[in-house]
Amino acid sequence: MSPAHPERNSVVEALDPPGPGPSPVGAPTVVAAGVAARAGGRLLFEGLDATVTAGQFVAVLGPNGAGKSTFLRMLLGLHPPAAGSLTVLGERPGRRNHDIGYLPQRRSFDSSVRIRGVDLVRLGVDGHRWGTPLPLVRRLFDRARFEQEQRHLDDVVARVGATAYGQRAIGEVSGGEQQRLLIAQALVRQPRLLLLDEPLDSLDLPNQQGVAALLQQISADGVTVVIVAHDVNPILGYLDQVIYIVGGRALAGPPETVITTENLSRLYGAPIEVIRTSSGQLVVVGQPDAASFHAH
Amino acid sequence: MLTEAWAGSVAAAARLSWDLHRDLRLVLQYPFMRNAFVAGAVAALMCGAIGWFAVLRGETYAAHTLASVAFPGASGAVYLGLAPLVGYFGFAVAGAALIAWLSPLGPGGGERHSATVGAVQAMALALGFWFVSLYQGFLSSLSGFLFGSFLGVTRDDVMVLAITALLALGLLAIVGRPLLFASVDPRVAEAAGVPVRAVSLLYLILLGCAVAEASQFTGVLLVLALLVVPAATASALTARPSVGLVLSVGLALVTVWAGLAAAYFTNRPVGFWVTSVGFAGYGLARGTASVRGRWTRRVVAA
Repeated sequence: MSPAHPERNSVVEALDPPGPGPSPVGAPTVVAAGVAARAGGRLLFEGLDATVTAGQFVAVLGPNGAGKSTFLRMLLGLHPPAAGSLTVLGERPGRRNHDIGYLPQRRSFDSSVRIRGVDLVRLGVDGHRWGTPLPLVRRLFDRARFEQEQRHLDDVVARVGATAYGQRAIGEVSGGEQQRLLIAQALVRQPRLLLLDEPLDSLDLPNQQGVAALLQQISADGVTVVIVAHDVNPILGYLDQVIYIVGGRALAGPPETVITTENLSRLYGAPIEVIRTSSGQLVVVGQPDAASFHAH
Repeated sequence: MLTEAWAGSVAAAARLSWDLHRDLRLVLQYPFMRNAFVAGAVAALMCGAIGWFAVLRGETYAAHTLASVAFPGASGAVYLGLAPLVGYFGFAVAGAALIAWLSPLGPGGGERHSATVGAVQAMALALGFWFVSLYQGFLSSLSGFLFGSFLGVTRDDVMVLAITALLALGLLAIVGRPLLFASVDPRVAEAAGVPVRAVSLLYLILLGCAVAEASQFTGVLLVLALLVVPAATASALTARPSVGLVLSVGLALVTVWAGLAAAYFTNRPVGFWVTSVGFAGYGLARGTASVRGRWTRRVVAA
């Protein structure tokens, strides 16, 4: 992502033909009341209450195995809640998936995958439709629409800063570049809700910050962004809301009220300190790192 | 069934020359050769397209196993007095369904999938050998089953092959895009509403049909020469799905026809020639891709 993007083009404008588009800011995108999750007979967490409104940038935080990814799959209707009620975009999960962009955890393509990045992005638009695309035939007989779609695709690829390597085989580009193309794939269908599972994992620091800034821009354009992370600090400055899932319990709310020394120490059952820097930024110190929670 | 020795006496008079027109007339003067060329084209069309997905999905091992499953099918059919073609198709399709049914889903499914495939393959080869031993003294067609022969292709066979290919390619055209999605990105495809499991099962069955077609020429042991080698060559040359598919089909066609012609003039097994032509192309493509990659890196670095 080049920071000096010529015109600060909103995702909404970049995406044509105009679809349903993001909902008005403030409308609830996700409403969870007393949600519990169970996987393989084991209770992951219970008592999750949260309301996420349109255009918010939300992080789901917690150690590995706590149920963060399961929560995302619940939002997609791929995993039923064990208790409580869950509403996504005004309906029960799974009903509005065409308005949701999803990026699962740690997908990396090895060098044997011979398909271009832009092809992968395009599958985000129409990959679920039956039939076989015939680009050559369409270019000849349906030129206007073909070119319009092509422009839309180019715009989204440019939006994530992947123009330079979009034409290369996905297996040949770096992990950070793959991640940007996958975000483009999730964005290309003009979602109202973007679910990203550990999008910053395996990225180096500059790339983490670049992707986090990109996600914040996307949410500023009215798309609700929910990401799973286990380190809060690189994104803390951008977040509207956090959902902590630790040791079977869940806690949601704005970062200033949830991320306090008392709350986190209680959740993790270990001393954790939250410090405010001179510039007003929150920093979490002593958060048990993912490694100590790997046993699950 | 015609024997290789008979073919030798036919082909003894045929000498390759620089006159391509004359060569072509020589090759196509016998009905069995014309049948073989048409049937080969049909099989190439099917294998080129279906094989491209096999390479993309990393299912070449499954393709090889389905070929092994076709072997007891063919030998069993001959033992029972049926046409080998019936056995090829019946067993390859049943084998595909069996693999899909036994394969576990979920995390780590990939590795356990290959173990399932391996188990099915071992059983299939054992079963094929069992049928061969039941049928005393048909060792000449055993080598045909394993390494290929093009002499026995009749007009009726060509019709059966063509109809199957038409059905299979029609189905492939319907599922093409979701199959591509499910192949490179199954979890996102699932979230987008692609019935990933059903699409994968259907693909395995199509793969079974392609294997049965290819087995006619290359034999069950050399099926990959037609199913995987042209597709792998195309994939090495381009990462564009549409170009790759067309290239894969074209290369399969060239491979089969060149292999048939070479077998005719040299009176050596067609399986060997098809494999050699295909492999030469693959080697060239990998070399080209490697040189091109190094060149691009140098240009980028400069």
